[in-house]
Amino acid sequence: MKTILLSGNTALSYAVKQLAVDVISAYPITPQTTMVEKLSEYVANGELDAEFIPVESEHSALSSVLAASAAGARVFTSTSSQGLLLMHEIMFITAGLRLPVVMGIADRAISAPINIWNDHSDIMAQRDTGWISIFAESAQESYDRTIQAYRIAEDENVHLPVNLNFDGFILTHTYEPVTPIDDELVLKYAPKKRRKLVLDPNNPMTFGGLGSPEYYFEAKYQAIKALENSMETIIEADKEYKKISGRGYGLYNAYMTEDSDTVLVSLGSIGGSVREIVRRMRRDGLKVGSLSLKLFRPFPAKELAEVLSKTKCVVVLDKASSPGAIGGPLFLEIQATLKSFDVNVPVIDIIAGLGGREIGPEDIRVMLNKGLKVASEKKVDKLLDYVGVYL
Amino acid sequence: MPYKTLKDLPLEEYFGPGHRLCQGCGAGIIARLVTKVAGANTIIVNATGCVEVSTTFYPDTAWGVPYIHVAFENAAAAASGVRAAFNAMVRKGIVDKNPNVIVLAGDGGTADIGIQSLSGALERGDHILYICYDNEAYMNTGIQRSGATPYGAWTTTSPPGKISPGQKTTKKDLVGIAVAHGIKYAATATVAYLLDAANKIEKALNTPGATFMHFLSPCTPGWRIDTANTIKVSRLAVQTALWPLYEVVDGEYITTVKVPKRLPVIEYLKVQGRFRHLLNKPEEIAKIQAYADKLAEKFGYGPISP
Repeated sequence: MKTILLSGNTALSYAVKQLAVDVISAYPITPQTTMVEKLSEYVANGELDAEFIPVESEHSALSSVLAASAAGARVFTSTSSQGLLLMHEIMFITAGLRLPVVMGIADRAISAPINIWNDHSDIMAQRDTGWISIFAESAQESYDRTIQAYRIAEDENVHLPVNLNFDGFILTHTYEPVTPIDDELVLKYAPKKRRKLVLDPNNPMTFGGLGSPEYYFEAKYQAIKALENSMETIIEADKEYKKISGRGYGLYNAYMTEDSDTVLVSLGSIGGSVREIVRRMRRDGLKVGSLSLKLFRPFPAKELAEVLSKTKCVVVLDKASSPGAIGGPLFLEIQATLKSFDVNVPVIDIIAGLGGREIGPEDIRVMLNKGLKVASEKKVDKLLDYVGVYL
Repeated sequence: MPYKTLKDLPLEEYFGPGHRLCQGCGAGIIARLVTKVAGANTIIVNATGCVEVSTTFYPDTAWGVPYIHVAFENAAAAASGVRAAFNAMVRKGIVDKNPNVIVLAGDGGTADIGIQSLSGALERGDHILYICYDNEAYMNTGIQRSGATPYGAWTTTSPPGKISPGQKTTKKDLVGIAVAHGIKYAATATVAYLLDAANKIEKALNTPGATFMHFLSPCTPGWRIDTANTIKVSRLAVQTALWPLYEVVDGEYITTVKVPKRLPVIEYLKVQGRFRHLLNKPEEIAKIQAYADKLAEKFGYGPISP
């Protein structure tokens, strides 16, 4: 198919249209709006044969697609920031009921102060809801991962919801060349199948019943294990997608990590900028590297331990905070991973970019230089630091 | 009217015995009647509450039709999702029949925490029947007051005291709120008048768009009544005009059960422990009587018979 100009939001909408979704339900919130506007247009034009439920809140958006999914429909919703927090309760229930809901998240800061710009506070607050959580770096990746998401979510070994994260404004509103795959190819790769466990008057079933202490734990355990085991399906889905599109992303993008003194670990759109600074610093003879993580849940701990064991200091870039903890959410995860896999590499945390604060080339240099310092001095002075805050 | 006597009601049962609702529970009677009238081609969407915890205790279920419970405040939104799914799937030939979609939610799930999603569904006009079984407090959690608890009633969070009569506010007019959304059909009902209720359920299901029914549902532990008195108390609510039976068709209010000779409210209050503290307070009873008088006037109920 020919390359077209799409933003992160419209790239995702384009994929949802090709996936022949049956029910869409969403509530507007900046910077997600252009995504649902596009989907409303597709439905209004008859380009997408779907029901669009213009709900009165994000809570109802997720509730309605959850129930539509239980009825057997292929569904989509999307949100951001405060809207995602309003969905929080229902996110647990979606995963608990094992429903293959797919949601786009335009990652954005959380109030107060109210702020519409990007960071990862919204999605990090959903960490333990039991969803598969994928991060994109570009509009193309947003498109590709959306198609992968349905294949993963609806796989009968998975049956879990998936959220697709793309940074608010940075990805949602930036137009980039995107090459879609053919409509038929999309549905061949992610075919619509009638699930066995659905709300069907010919085969009545009870969904969402009460789990007493005798049964609750087993139901939870199965959902936890399903998320853990989904790793295999996620890797497979990416490989298969590469076969038909030529594009695959893996669990992470590791750049110049092999012979490095320090590696900067990041999530989302900043990955490309980090690689560029790494390239420039390498030109000056500095042994730096970048690891852009693509999958946050399930967390690819073993794989990360392997690749990060080859460096001398890991710097984590957190675009979210965990106030009162020793570092941000991604740091805590990486630190625990390395210790658990006996990788004796020091880890330091940098919190940056909160509320859309620009992370410029100089900021990335500062972060990498901190890692180089730890690597050469072989000691950590400061476990957690902030870059780009002026007080 | 398709149902003239109880013998006209379908024999099929889709709400099984052996559930864990209390003896004499009004909501159980409602669940049984609703599924009887609606039939097999029905999907029940239930809000968190008494009915949910008592009928879906894994691995048991009382439901002979498909059933889903998601959370407390979102039953209307979930019902909209089910309806949208079937609309799309029928259109695309994935399934052949579009079922009835019926919400069952308590007064807390309707008048309080669920009113936002209810308003959304009514405004959108999604083709669902929303039934509120109103036992006038949060009974499942242990009898706490709700926005539907009547004036003067004792609950654990509206206890009567030296400076309080019990519940200090009057019930929300849920049918009025529903009708304000411009829906085509809304009605009240209660378990003592099963045929009236059955015909209203049937009518609601056959009306396009969103429809709403407000069912008074006596709660034996919460109202402090004998388990044998559910129907009696339900009937007294109507006979005193505290619970007039009517329907609203295209905005027009029509009384469906006429009461030419009304009973004074004391007859209703004195059989319920939740009003016991008011029995020696004539000024409080007068307030409740005045409230009933207003309803009687609005719905054409007759004078109090001596």
